[in-house]
This record gives sequence, C-alpha cells and structure tokens, in this order.
Amino acid sequence: MTVTSDFPGLLIYWVVIVLMMIGFYIVISQNNMVKKIVGLNVFQVSVFLLYITMGKVKGGTAPILADGFEVYSNPLPHVLILTAIVVGVATTSLGLALVVRIMDSYGTIEDDEIQALEDDT
Amino acid sequence: MVATGLAIVRLRNLFAVVMLTGIFSLLGAAIYVIMDAVDVAFTEAAVGAGASTVLMLGTLALTTSQEKVKPGSNNLLAFVLVVITGGILIYGTFDMPHYGEATAPVHNHVAPHYLEKSTAEIDLPNVVTSVLASYRGYDTLGETFVIFTAAAGVLAIIGRGRRPSRSPRAPQPAKAPRDGLERRGIRGRRANDHDPSDTTGGASS
Amino acid sequence: MNTRMQQKVVLRVVSKFLIPFILLFALYVQWHGDFGPGGGFQAGVIFAAGFILYALIYGVERTRQVIPAWVTRSLLSVGVLLYSGVGVATLLMGGEFLNYSVLAHVPTHGQHLGVLLVEAGVGITVFSAMTTIFIAFAGQDS
Repeated sequence: MTVTSDFPGLLIYWVVIVLMMIGFYIVISQNNMVKKIVGLNVFQVSVFLLYITMGKVKGGTAPILADGFEVYSNPLPHVLILTAIVVGVATTSLGLALVVRIMDSYGTIEDDEIQALEDDT
Repeated sequence: MVATGLAIVRLRNLFAVVMLTGIFSLLGAAIYVIMDAVDVAFTEAAVGAGASTVLMLGTLALTTSQEKVKPGSNNLLAFVLVVITGGILIYGTFDMPHYGEATAPVHNHVAPHYLEKSTAEIDLPNVVTSVLASYRGYDTLGETFVIFTAAAGVLAIIGRGRRPSRSPRAPQPAKAPRDGLERRGIRGRRANDHDPSDTTGGASS
Repeated sequence: MNTRMQQKVVLRVVSKFLIPFILLFALYVQWHGDFGPGGGFQAGVIFAAGFILYALIYGVERTRQVIPAWVTRSLLSVGVLLYSGVGVATLLMGGEFLNYSVLAHVPTHGQHLGVLLVEAGVGITVFSAMTTIFIAFAGQDS
C-alpha cells in the first residue's frame, strides 16, 4: 500500500471522493430542504464521475465505431450512467414536488422548524 | 469542481446555490467529454444543467429564496462523519486499478464482446446506443417505467391547484375538520373572484 | 393577456426564432442516435426544453393551449406502451421478449427496426414526462 507509487494513478479517484463527501455533507448537515436536494444532486454527479473515470481506457476514443480507431473506451459504464442520470432527474423532480407540498402544509422548509412544529402539535 | 461544491455549502442565497448547481453539472459534462463519454456528457448537459436547474428555480419561486441563518448549528458531528467516510473510501481505492489502465477487470469481461460483436449482430456505429437499446434493452424498459412513474407521481403530488400557503403557524389543536371548513371557505371566496385556478381544478393535466 | 416577459421584445423575438430550431435539433438527435452521440433520452429532454422555453416566455395558459392536458397525458402512456409493444410483438413473432432479430427477415434489419422504435418510445416518454413535470410546477401560481 505504497502511497507514493499509487498517487498519480489514483489521484483522480480521490478528487471524486472529495466531491462525493461534499455532497454527503450538504445532505446531512444543512437544514433547508432545497439545499438538501441540491446536495443530493452534487453527490449524484460525483458518483457518475467515479464510474466514468473507471471506464476510460488510456489512448482510447469514444465508443462509436469508426474506421481508423482501434482502441475504444468501455461503453458499459456509459450505458449505466445514462440510465442513472435520467432516473436522477426523475427523483429530483419528485423530491422538489414534495418540498412544494411541505411548504404548503407547514409554511416553512427548514428542517428544524418543521421538527419543532411536529413536536408541539 | 471542488471550489463550486464548497461554495454551494457556504452560500445562503438559494438562487445562487441553484445556479452553482447548474454550473457544477456543466463542469461535470465537460469532464465527461474529456473522458470520452460523449453520450453521457450530452445527457448530463441537457438534463443536469437544463431541466434540473429549471425545476429547482420553479421550486424556489414557489417557496423561499433565502436560507435562514442558524446560529451555531451542530455541524461538527456531520463533519467528522464525512471525514471518516471519506477516509474509508480512500482506503478502498488502493485496491483499484490505476486510471486508464487497459488491463482492468472491467474491460475484460463483457465489454470486448459488445465492442466486437456489435457490428456483426446489430451493425450500428454507436455502441452505446446498441448496448442501451438492444443488449441491455430490458433495463431501458424499466427505466422508461421509472420516468413514467415520476411524472405520474409529480402529477399526484402537485397536479391540482394550490391552497394559499400559510405563514409558519402556531401550534393548533385538532386540525382535520377545520381544514375542510377552511378549504371550503377559501374556495367559496375565490369562486366569487372568478379565479381561473378553481374552475378547472388548477393546473391538472 | 401579456405576461411581463412577453413585453420584452428581444426575448420574444429571439425565442420565436429559436424554438423551431430547438425542436428540429431534438428530432435530429433522436434519429441520429445510431450514428453519433444521441438517442432517445437526450432528444426527449431537448424537445421538452423547446416547450419549456415557450412556457417561460408566454406563460402556462398559452402553453396549455398549444399542448393540451390530454396530449401530454396520453403521450406519456404512448411512449411506454410503444416500448412494451415492441417487446410483445417480438414475443408474438417467435423470439424472446425484446429480441429484435425476429422483427424482419434479416436479423440486422430487425435490430435496426427494433432500436428505432424503442428509441422513439423512450423519446416520447421523456418528452411528455419533462413537460408534465414542468407545467405542474409552473401552473401552481395561477
């Protein structure tokens, strides 16, 4: 587990993990609900980035078959992430619809205020 | 991208946060292009920087646009948890193949089969489309159902017109019967004003 | 009934100029997904973006006149039914579910036909889903 020899090859993964942790932090620590959903989006984008970086082949090109290109990047992560992106926007829209409903019912979208309202009534 | 992420954490103005999310998605799309994932970049740019930002702006228009400032919130526990999780994940990356290695296990299983056999069996230049629609067509069917369900769910949640939003209410006793009367009362008042959202049942579709 | 945005001449003129091109580009992306980047999802989102731009400038009421409620509702189901219908058709023609090779006499032509229909179904579903969601959000203030 030598850090110095793995450093150049793994640096990109560490950056992506830092991004993931930023998104995770937003989700669990912020009280505003819209910001939580934004954090979820940040988390999603960085997870997709992790998968796409795993699929890249050095010296390869986009996986569209054409004459003159021999090495292609792996198309399988692309397919999975394509599905995941669209599912992500569907989830985000459902979450935002719920936020609008919560605003209608409680008059606020701050987590701790809603908790206080729920505890009082 | 890290700078954008940190700015999202610190900013209080929600409008700026949504804009930064759009920029974050766009930067992600640019990095996808660098990593030869052109289909994914296309979708991320269209969906993440386009549709997602528009929906969040719509939500902001319907709720508030400023986050309330909390004095001394309990963020230390969250920070510690995040650092521990990050540490565990980084420890896990030491077993991963290096970036761009052609001998990684992910490139030696099904992917060469797709790349080689796609011409013979399907004869489409775009391998991603052929994998998405033909080799993994069943997953795409499930995903289409998910999109359909999301749209139906949004319709179910906010398809009807909107009750006027109230300010944060003081604690009140029994709510259910009073809500019904309140709704009827409000409907009665608004019908007198010839409010269009009432006659057609709101923006239902 | 002029919305506030409608009174800004530049926005109005530019959007009227751009929207046909946006819709055309979406159709291009849909059918050229076989040869370049593209396909059903991207095309559906871009097609919906054209309608969303129209709704942003001209208001939800006029957008509802352009694309009424029953159209989005039925298109939402038509896309999914198209995809499943292709699968059932392959079942009826003797292959497994979603095995496009049995759709035509030459297997690769069957695959082409299957991919075309399936991507069309996905594009229609994504377009109507995005439009439905946006109009549900935007119609809240009326």
